[in-house]
Amino acid sequence: MAETKNKHKIKNPFEGIIEKLFMIFENKIYLYGFFAALVVFLVIFPNTSSRFTQEIMTNLFFYVVVCLGLNIIVGYAGLLHLGYAAFFAVGAYTTGILSSRMGMDFWLTIPFSIVAAVIAGLAIGFPTLRLRGDYLAIVTLGFGEITRLTIRNLDVTGGAIGLIGIQRPEFFGITLNQISHFYYMFFILAILAIIVSYRLENSRMGRAWEYIREDEDAAAAMGINVTTSRLYAFIIGSAFGAVAGSFFAAKMTAISPDSFMFIHSVMFLMAVVLGGMGKIPGVVLGSVLVVLIPEVARGIGPYRLLIFGFLLLIIMLYRPQGIWPEKPTISTDE
Amino acid sequence: MALHEILLQQLFNGLLIGSFYGLVAIGYSMVYGIIKLLNFAHGDIYMIGAFSGLIFLSIASPYIGAGWPSLILGLLITMLLVGLLGVLIQRVAYRPMLKAPRLSILITALAVSMILYNTVMLLSAGRYRAFNVDISSESFYLGALRLTETRVILIVAAFTLMFIMHMFITKTMYGKAMRAIALDRDTCQLMGIDVFKIIALTFFVGSALAAAAGIMAGVYYGTIHFFMGFLIGLKAFTAAVIGGIGIIPGAMLGGLLLGLLEAFGTQIPFIGTEWKDVFSFAFLILFLIFKPNGLLGRSESERM
Amino acid sequence: MALLQIKDLTLRFGGLCAVNALSLEIEEGSIRSLIGPNGAGKTCVFNCLTGFYKPSDGEMLFQGESLVNKKPHIITYMGMARTFQNLRLFKSMSVLENVMSGMHCRTNAAFFTTAFRTKGQREEEKHIREVAEECLDFVGILNKKHFIASNLPYGDQRKVEWARALATQPKLLLLDEPAAGLNKDEKSRLIDLMHKIRDKREVTIFLIEHDMGLVMKISEKIFVIDYGVKIAEGTAQEVRDNPKVVEAYLGKEEEEETA
Repeated sequence: MAETKNKHKIKNPFEGIIEKLFMIFENKIYLYGFFAALVVFLVIFPNTSSRFTQEIMTNLFFYVVVCLGLNIIVGYAGLLHLGYAAFFAVGAYTTGILSSRMGMDFWLTIPFSIVAAVIAGLAIGFPTLRLRGDYLAIVTLGFGEITRLTIRNLDVTGGAIGLIGIQRPEFFGITLNQISHFYYMFFILAILAIIVSYRLENSRMGRAWEYIREDEDAAAAMGINVTTSRLYAFIIGSAFGAVAGSFFAAKMTAISPDSFMFIHSVMFLMAVVLGGMGKIPGVVLGSVLVVLIPEVARGIGPYRLLIFGFLLLIIMLYRPQGIWPEKPTISTDE
Repeated sequence: MALHEILLQQLFNGLLIGSFYGLVAIGYSMVYGIIKLLNFAHGDIYMIGAFSGLIFLSIASPYIGAGWPSLILGLLITMLLVGLLGVLIQRVAYRPMLKAPRLSILITALAVSMILYNTVMLLSAGRYRAFNVDISSESFYLGALRLTETRVILIVAAFTLMFIMHMFITKTMYGKAMRAIALDRDTCQLMGIDVFKIIALTFFVGSALAAAAGIMAGVYYGTIHFFMGFLIGLKAFTAAVIGGIGIIPGAMLGGLLLGLLEAFGTQIPFIGTEWKDVFSFAFLILFLIFKPNGLLGRSESERM
Repeated sequence: MALLQIKDLTLRFGGLCAVNALSLEIEEGSIRSLIGPNGAGKTCVFNCLTGFYKPSDGEMLFQGESLVNKKPHIITYMGMARTFQNLRLFKSMSVLENVMSGMHCRTNAAFFTTAFRTKGQREEEKHIREVAEECLDFVGILNKKHFIASNLPYGDQRKVEWARALATQPKLLLLDEPAAGLNKDEKSRLIDLMHKIRDKREVTIFLIEHDMGLVMKISEKIFVIDYGVKIAEGTAQEVRDNPKVVEAYLGKEEEEETA
């Protein structure tokens, strides 16, 4: 037994290092203390930092929301989604069109953007998920391109130039127009996304996704409707993306097709995979890495994607569970 | 031009573009058949083929010119090298993942694709590169059909490669072994087939064909770009699904059909060329709904 | 009326006929076995019943309702649960989570109730857990509920599969070679457990088995198939004395000589 364990260690250079670092959080008091300190820090953060740093942090929260949505599809349901930016675009453009062309209040546009995302999700997910799960990867990739080309070619979406004049949201009489406003808005949104994700993960639905990931046939034999469960994940995830898109549109006030390219879908996926698919802290960590690495290491600019590509490959080959460690498991002592 | 002349012209164009799609789709379909992997990097292999061909020409043209002889030599050398690149990728990235969950190997393929096209992007400075060849561009008429020597040679070459491929799959032991592994890998191993060797060979052949298509596309369009593999990867997948994924004649047929569909689709009033790709992908999704097993595919056994 | 009726069930794979015009009935509250030599098509029958294979021909009625063209999860919902020949546990999940899977089709919390964590949803979660624990207790491994499934010894993993099937609250339990890989001691406990399931939970049992001794002991009635065709049915004694059965298992005498 000890021998085989050692062999495994030689094969995988990452084995155990990060796990040891996290041992300290085995103690619940440290864990909760850490969380409390983090929240307090993030709440007072805007008072102590520059607009530029706030902008980066807002972007980080935004990534957390989007990636938690993508995580429902990729991490929980185990489906590769390569066109997530399209669902994000569906939300952004729904809000954008309703707000800039019809003058609708921002908050009222959100239900519309959710409905639009659900319809798009059904249209893509229903035919594909009935077949083979991995067809979804390429169909979402195709859908991402269809969406981008369509918003580029239509007049109502403003063509290649995009939409301008999207109204700022109002919140109890205050027009949200400062970066610190958006900082708090996305902060709250990120916390909500974490709570909803956590609840989903530890529910009947979350378990159903895990069963399907582990063994599709056994899950079906236990009375789980595999197709419907996957479709649920796909639609819930799409709706998350659309909501994030709506808020994105409100923050930017102008959107163009260039914000919804394939490369954005890839960066979202990168954040989910790097930190650890299916694990909420993993996704948060992944978002931190994807947002902060290019900011911290400014020099890597043009090489950024190449480096991320290699990082992704290395993670998949040596640490497929991502950087964040697995939850500890109880085993019989053999 | 009269309507039948337009149609005839589009028929030729469709078959030519479709044969490129078909060549790329073969590799897609073979790899899916043998290890059930949607190889996202396959479109980038096509792109690498085009760039390798260009590099060969720029080195060789001072000595042997950039006419047909050096193009054919370049095609063969590129096919060999890019085929080996395919084998290398398979060995480094995919082989360790064969027993991993499906999602992991898909993400690995995505990572390989990112590495390939970003490398070429950095090396080519992200610019369009002219694919300069020294061949006649004079056109002549065959009945109502306007042709150039280049196009005729390209379409003949593409169909020749497809024919050779078909013979390889149906007549040789390697082809048989490939089909056997697609059916049941474990049993093949027990039967003494060197499964990893056959998988490597599959990647070699698939990559070589994609590289050939890349060079031909370079000659045809006149310019190449690091992102050219992205769209064709998607379309080759569409072609593979149309023919029935995993079925090699199906990939060729699917490629040709998709080429024709695009050529005629852009002739339909109100659908301009800017909608061409939307048209193809919408077709893919509709096809998946109504004919998921493809034209040549049998229904997925008796399993529900 | 019998709980399960199979009429002329036929399953073809290409030219091969895995199950050929098989008919049988299973009465409520009984324990029935399906036996036959290797490759006789026993598991194929189970796969047809549970919706994993689509039969080429024939009819299957469960409580009078047809099973043909129904998906596996619907059939489980109708009250038929199964175990697999080679264990199919959710390997990296805990024993308790494994068994909780069985309750999926008996509960219905969806997105909104979960996101807002309503009272109903919390109670349902509690109920799922309680039923799962009760099932684990029933098969006798409640003390191992927090273990990861793949870390359990083989015999216990089988019990997890049983508890999981029981958690779906079935009327009919299909057991695919339940004694495979068990030692003599475990086998005798298995027989007790089967009786307990039938008597206390009122679940009808239909099993496939290789171990003739076990089959003879437990089932009131046995069906024998060979090459997908039913060659005998009756009590253990009747089946044992049937020359066709002896031939199927041991081969004809001439064959043995040439072999």
